[in-house]
Amino acid sequence: MSEAIPGAGARLPESLRDHRKAAEAVARSLKSRYRAETRFRLYGLGAVSLGLVFLAILFVTIIGQGWSVFRQSYVHLEIFYDPEVLDTDGTRSPESLAQGDYNALVKAALRKLFPDVEGRPDLRQLYGLVSSSAGFDLQKRIADGPSKLGTSETLWLLASDELDLYYKGRIERSESEESRPLSDQQLAWADRLRSKGGAELRFNRVFFTSGDSREPELAGVWGAVAGSFFTLLVTLVLSFPIGVAAAIYLEEFARRNRWTDLIEVNINNLAAVPSIVFGLLGLAVFINFFGLPRSAPVVGGLVLTLMTLPTIIIASRAALKAVPPSIREAALGMGASQIQMVAHHVLPLAMPGMLTGTIIGMARALGESAPLLMIGMVAFIVDVPKSLLDPATVLPVQVFIWADVPERAFVERTSGAIIVLLAFLILMNGLAVILRNRFERRW
Amino acid sequence: MSATTLVLVLLILSVIAYRFGRTRSIAVVGGRRGQRDLHSLPTYYGLLTALWCGLPALLVVGLWTAAQDSVITRLVLAEMPPAVQTLPEDEVSLILNDVRNVVAGNMQLSQVSADAQRAATAYLRLEHTSRMALAVVALAAAMLGGVFVWRRIAPQLRARNSVEKIFEWLLLGCSTIAIFTTIGILLSVLFESILFFGHVPVWDFIFGLEWSPQTAIRADQVGSSGAFGAVPLFAGTLLISAIAMAVAVPIGLFSAIYLAEYAHRKFRATAKPLLEILAGIPTVVYGFFAALTVGPLLRSAGESMGLDVASESALAAGLVMGVMIIPFVSSLSDDMITAVPQSMRDGSYALGGTPSETIRRVVLPAALPGIVGGVLLAISRAIGETMIVVMAAGLSANLTANPLAAVTTVTVQIVTLLVGDQEFDSPKTLAAFALGLVLFLVTLGLNIIALHVVRKYREQYE
Repeated sequence: MSEAIPGAGARLPESLRDHRKAAEAVARSLKSRYRAETRFRLYGLGAVSLGLVFLAILFVTIIGQGWSVFRQSYVHLEIFYDPEVLDTDGTRSPESLAQGDYNALVKAALRKLFPDVEGRPDLRQLYGLVSSSAGFDLQKRIADGPSKLGTSETLWLLASDELDLYYKGRIERSESEESRPLSDQQLAWADRLRSKGGAELRFNRVFFTSGDSREPELAGVWGAVAGSFFTLLVTLVLSFPIGVAAAIYLEEFARRNRWTDLIEVNINNLAAVPSIVFGLLGLAVFINFFGLPRSAPVVGGLVLTLMTLPTIIIASRAALKAVPPSIREAALGMGASQIQMVAHHVLPLAMPGMLTGTIIGMARALGESAPLLMIGMVAFIVDVPKSLLDPATVLPVQVFIWADVPERAFVERTSGAIIVLLAFLILMNGLAVILRNRFERRW
Repeated sequence: MSATTLVLVLLILSVIAYRFGRTRSIAVVGGRRGQRDLHSLPTYYGLLTALWCGLPALLVVGLWTAAQDSVITRLVLAEMPPAVQTLPEDEVSLILNDVRNVVAGNMQLSQVSADAQRAATAYLRLEHTSRMALAVVALAAAMLGGVFVWRRIAPQLRARNSVEKIFEWLLLGCSTIAIFTTIGILLSVLFESILFFGHVPVWDFIFGLEWSPQTAIRADQVGSSGAFGAVPLFAGTLLISAIAMAVAVPIGLFSAIYLAEYAHRKFRATAKPLLEILAGIPTVVYGFFAALTVGPLLRSAGESMGLDVASESALAAGLVMGVMIIPFVSSLSDDMITAVPQSMRDGSYALGGTPSETIRRVVLPAALPGIVGGVLLAISRAIGETMIVVMAAGLSANLTANPLAAVTTVTVQIVTLLVGDQEFDSPKTLAAFALGLVLFLVTLGLNIIALHVVRKYREQYE
């Protein structure tokens, strides 16, 4: 083992006869050896800090890009419900009112606010400040209360995504006019509007209550959240009982033989198979062979079940292993059968560990997107899914879809969706930690 | 009766069967006081009756529903006039598609051709019959099973043993799902791959140097060579994985060494979980980060140095993937380093070794097999990683070793070939399954070697 000491090792044999010489040789090399020691230690510290810095950069970037999604610009407009525009045949019947040109009301209100704007191209730019959905809002208000016809009302209407970006400081005046989505003229109007108090940032309800949309200001995560919920529901309902049952069999009943070895190798290997392969399985088996509908949370749940099962089985087995044998022996000694021993004594003690493992598996399933792309959960879906068979998408896939859209306003939405996703993940992992700290016993 | 209602009814029937079985077991021994004459507790008699009532019937429902569609389709086809039956296969499948749409309620009956209308009506009629028949058969099975056990209830009936046997079989069944999943994966990719290799020879696929899967829709179309040489994909995958490992292995290994050997207990308790957060972040988030932040950053950095960096460079995807893999390497290496017995360290200290010398000359060589296993697992993870490369790496199949150029990977191609509408007989879609087969086999090999190495190593010091 003399080689374990570098610097000294090579010289030591000749000078062994002279102890003082040897000590000097060691002492001379000490300085460089201590330097090497410090260096090595710093490498380690550097590696840890580098990892933590990456983590910090990731969070700071995402949150910096996404926090503004919680607020949304609205424009304050005085709308006159002009009967001549809305109720062309004068009957005030719902059918007639549904035919009205509600966007014209918004345009009229904008013209009133900026009387000096003239000419088609300029007016079109002016109209571009308010979201194209404003007309639908007005139509809904009239449908709910037709008596408003002929009266005026001041409303906060959704601003267009470009105006929203400008108010949030994501479009700079210093950019050249061609590269930014708003012209100089529009910026001037926007400033005038804001200085008059005609625009403000309010809580972005749309983002949390609606499904996907082509218009950034109308796109929300609720559809994806509902899709994730249904998908995870299927996953949980299937994978928890099956996983626990499999773990109980392997840990408490199976004799060690080729068959159980095979199962074990399979489980360990499946835990490391790329997730996209599970997507291929889902596509070939569930969709093409069994004819289940594409894009449905049911299929997503089935695929994710197969994917999370190994995680749950491995965690549950560890939890069962942690239950001391004395408990089993005591139960058997009192005359319990093996099933009774497991069901009445071992399982309740192992349950917190199993639940922790299951929550962690669910958190992984929540963040998974690659296999769901394969089974068509990547479609553009506006409606919020209401059942397990409705076409749906999930949060991470929504992130993927939005990340692909070139419009600048979607960068903010994407980061916002990521924040929502991370919030759910932190919640689930926090729950797992609490569960582990509160209920897991050590013998 | 729909399948859901039927299952509900069966569950209710099982509950009723439970009550009946329990009551009867008490009745056969003359009330509660005779209970000690029973072999098992009354609950077990109830459970046995319920299981016999529910399980066979549910099994029937499951098998029937799985087979229903294909059987009915075959019957409908057999009923069609001979003119339709002799049509080429793809036209028949078009008609069947219309039929499915009508049955699913996506289309009105009037929207489809006369043949399809006739077929759809026949389908609906057969489906109705099948559902009624299923209800009758399932309910009969439930009744028969329940009554069979109910009549056999006697003090000598070993109900507990039978119930436990059934449960044990159910547990065994659950544990075999892992095997069925593996078989399912293998069969589904293998089956489609064999179809693919009917169009494209295996050697052309594995050794071909050109990849351009856009096949012609019409025979006379230009611009679509339909070349399926996968070497550029393999090269791209390896390049990105190599960059990722170049980031992850040093950082992960040094973090593990520091956390296991040097760090204060408190520092370790905070830093380790924080590092592991990196593994819990969904891969789309990394992909978004790579595509939106790292990619442009590298590009502008390259421009300022006079380098030509593609906006979807292999470097951006690889770097971010490396960050994602750090915790895999570090936590596995950490396990392996802490598994090295303290006596070996003490021996080195006693000879005058400094801590870093001890780590480099004693601990690391001892932990090496385990660390190698962990790194192999990490490589398999890098090869199979999808979202980061789909979002941050390119689509063009360049055969290059330049990390600044855009390359594509196996997983990217699987996703691009399979997302969107697809027909299942074109080599383009089937190619995705062939790539999936390669991916599965390679990662399977890596995993098996890695898991074996890690297990061997663990046993050595335990």
